Amino acid sequence: MERHYMDSKIKGVSTGVSNVNYVCSKTINKLIQVHDRIFCCIAGSLADAQAVTKTAKFQISLHSIQMESPPLVKAAASVMKELCYNNKEELQAGFITAGWDKKKGPQVYTVALGGMLLSLPFTIGGSGSTYIYGYTDAKYKPDMSREECLQFATNALALAMGRDNVSGGVAHLVVITEGGVEHVVIPGDKLPKFHDE
Amino acid sequence: KMAAATATRFCQQLSSVSDMSPDWTTKEVSTGTTIMAVEYEGGVVIGADSRTTTGAYIANRVTDKLTPIHDRIFCCRSGSAADTQAIADIVTYQLGFHSIELDEAPLVQTAANLFKASCYRYREELMAGIIVAGWDKRRGGQVYTVPVGGMLVRQPVSVGGSGSTYIYGFMDSNYKPNMTKEQCLHLVSGALSLAMERDGSSGGVIRLAAISESGVERQVILGNQLPKWSTA
Repeated sequence: MERHYMDSKIKGVSTGVSNVNYVCSKTINKLIQVHDRIFCCIAGSLADAQAVTKTAKFQISLHSIQMESPPLVKAAASVMKELCYNNKEELQAGFITAGWDKKKGPQVYTVALGGMLLSLPFTIGGSGSTYIYGYTDAKYKPDMSREECLQFATNALALAMGRDNVSGGVAHLVVITEGGVEHVVIPGDKLPKFHDE
Repeated sequence: KMAAATATRFCQQLSSVSDMSPDWTTKEVSTGTTIMAVEYEGGVVIGADSRTTTGAYIANRVTDKLTPIHDRIFCCRSGSAADTQAIADIVTYQLGFHSIELDEAPLVQTAANLFKASCYRYREELMAGIIVAGWDKRRGGQVYTVPVGGMLVRQPVSVGGSGSTYIYGFMDSNYKPNMTKEQCLHLVSGALSLAMERDGSSGGVIRLAAISESGVERQVILGNQLPKWSTA
């Protein structure tokens, strides 16, 4: 039986990117695919994040070929962690690595700024995440269904985008299961609205 | 006197680079805090945590951050404990005097403007984020927020303090206009307990007060009675 976790099945990110006080793009996709069933959410300096994920993608690919099997999510997260920890002075990026593998099913790992690696049932990150710690603590429950997860992620993103001036634009969600990967894109005007909008 | 205070603070910052002495010997007392106020039909509900910190040391774990300014007007204090206590004392005096001259109960808007006047004039010296809430005959329950810098704005719901960032999402999704007093109390205690769980500068007990035409009802929710959430 497939177990359902928020953010291992469903990863959601908003799309705003800014240079100090100028938003240079409202439509960046911050969900990078590093392998068939493994994605990374990026936050922080986008230049650093792109550099790290490109390197990680290569290393995971090589690892997978050498092992002659799809990589474990834990292995992918470990690769990200090694890169972040060994270059902690220069880098300023945080990642959420999530996906599905045959050994443990859906998993979520977070790699924080200094290179700490944690396995969690669900997690949030980025500048807008501070505003939704209360909401996610209150609303998360284990073993949600796919629809509940999607609704939870969409609501959380919409609330964060409503309060954080550097989050916004479009919400990208990705559902990863044994069967495959599905992208869901929700433009800003189709996001759930709350009492003050 | 202001200059002398600033000079002392500057010297402290210079000498506090030492790792030998713990930071609570040199850090200023701060009400780290989560504070919140909600308007409902007939009054307001206000709430706060109870932690006062000097650096990493909790100087007071049972602080009362809900300060009466007049019979039906309270303020919630966040930021520097000294600054907010001083401002609250000044406004209490000014409002009391004004009320005697007027020979009737003062308006919440008046109290809020008095806070704003002090916070804005001395904005460079002060570190105070205050929520003013209460009930008056003209406009019923009202919540005014005076954040750092001295802005004044009326809001149906307001959160403040270091812990408030974590509950913006919760507040946005759970607040609805025209709630009852019980729903407001539930919302405030839920939001505060979530913030206290995440913010290191907030904690202790939850202090609540409901202010209406009939008066002020205060209550305390102790640590073991705090609302629990599934991840806790």
